[in-house]
Amino acid sequence: MPSLPPIRPEDEEVALKTRPSGAFDAPVDEAHRSTLFEMLLRLGDDSLILGQRLGEWCGHAPTVEVDLSLANIALDLIGQATHFLNLAGEVEGKGRDGDTLAFRRDVLDFRNCLLVEQPNGDFAQTMARQLLFSAWQKRLFDQLSASSDDRVAAIAAKAVKEVAYHEELAGEWVIRLGDGTDESRARMTDGLDWMWRFIPELFEIDEQAANAQARGLWPDVDLLRTGYDARLQTVLAEATLEAPKPQRPILGGRRGHHSEHLGHLIAVMQFLPRTYPDAVW
Amino acid sequence: MGVHQPLRARSADLWNVLKDVPDPEIPVLSIVDLGIVREVDEDRVVLTPTYTGCPATQVIERMVRDALDSAGFENVRIETTLSPPWTTDWITPEGRDKLRAYGIAPPNAPGERAVHCPQCGSAATEEISRFGSTPCKALWRCRSCAEPFDLFKCH
Repeated sequence: MPSLPPIRPEDEEVALKTRPSGAFDAPVDEAHRSTLFEMLLRLGDDSLILGQRLGEWCGHAPTVEVDLSLANIALDLIGQATHFLNLAGEVEGKGRDGDTLAFRRDVLDFRNCLLVEQPNGDFAQTMARQLLFSAWQKRLFDQLSASSDDRVAAIAAKAVKEVAYHEELAGEWVIRLGDGTDESRARMTDGLDWMWRFIPELFEIDEQAANAQARGLWPDVDLLRTGYDARLQTVLAEATLEAPKPQRPILGGRRGHHSEHLGHLIAVMQFLPRTYPDAVW
Repeated sequence: MGVHQPLRARSADLWNVLKDVPDPEIPVLSIVDLGIVREVDEDRVVLTPTYTGCPATQVIERMVRDALDSAGFENVRIETTLSPPWTTDWITPEGRDKLRAYGIAPPNAPGERAVHCPQCGSAATEEISRFGSTPCKALWRCRSCAEPFDLFKCH
């Protein structure tokens, strides 16, 4: 076998300019990659944090059936989070997977909306939060099933069938408690009142979301909003409840500005990997 | 057994191996009955999860790996796909019969409204809880024979 020719200084110059991925690979669109990564974090973190919140009910719910429901919804959400965050790690290309993203980021790096980190409160407050979230996620995933990224579309199309159940269950409880006793009605009113100010953030279009929209990675939120408002109106009418008065919206979760509640949640969620790094079953 | 068999005979052998892999949550069903084996080629088996967060997914993959290895198919890859999403319509007719015999009401066929008690066959049944012992099941009760039972949810 003939030996390779010696490396000339001009070859070295060419090699240094070549992308680390190789000269002949398709060029990686960095802007696209970072937008997709960001949106996957938002999707994954929403599901992860709400899944963890609902998990707090395990063994404490009012009846065994409700306990099962909440644990099952939590499981679905954590399944979604696993898919979204694993894909985020893959897109990022720095060797992080879903577990690393879930357990080795600190509060400021989380991109979930503020609604999902709100405390469980009583059962009415938990169900109010679930309705506001699942009604949004159902419509969002319907749209994301046609995402320009096939992998996102596949996860959304898979998960939306489960989210339809979550929305239905939460709606039934809002109706049952709202149109129930004086006590249950007062609690549901308070629960909705607590959660209502976090709705606008779900439909917020900041710079990243606008980039994602332009790339077919995020839907038309006005369209989502119309269906969402109609759904809430139907449920509230059946629950004989008035929608809370519009409140000053609170934004910032998508950019890492969270309430104090998230830090406590994460401390519990990450306790084991923080205390015993690299522990395995 | 091995690499040099004609393609069709080889995939038939692979299907036979997969037919004996039980679903870990409902062992009366095989993963083929459940409809989660989506494709079998000469050198790969494609699986799809039932529910996004189903904890059995990883167990199933490990069981398939073990079954393939012990049948001499060490070189067959296992792949997972999410699309198209799994639906209970993919449960085979044999699978539906096995569920019923096991005491789980099979998911309703399209257009079918009444849920029949798997014990006594009565249609006088009611839902106790939308979510049951696993993500794929709901808890029901029969008003005729008073037995509670699991319903495999339409999905």
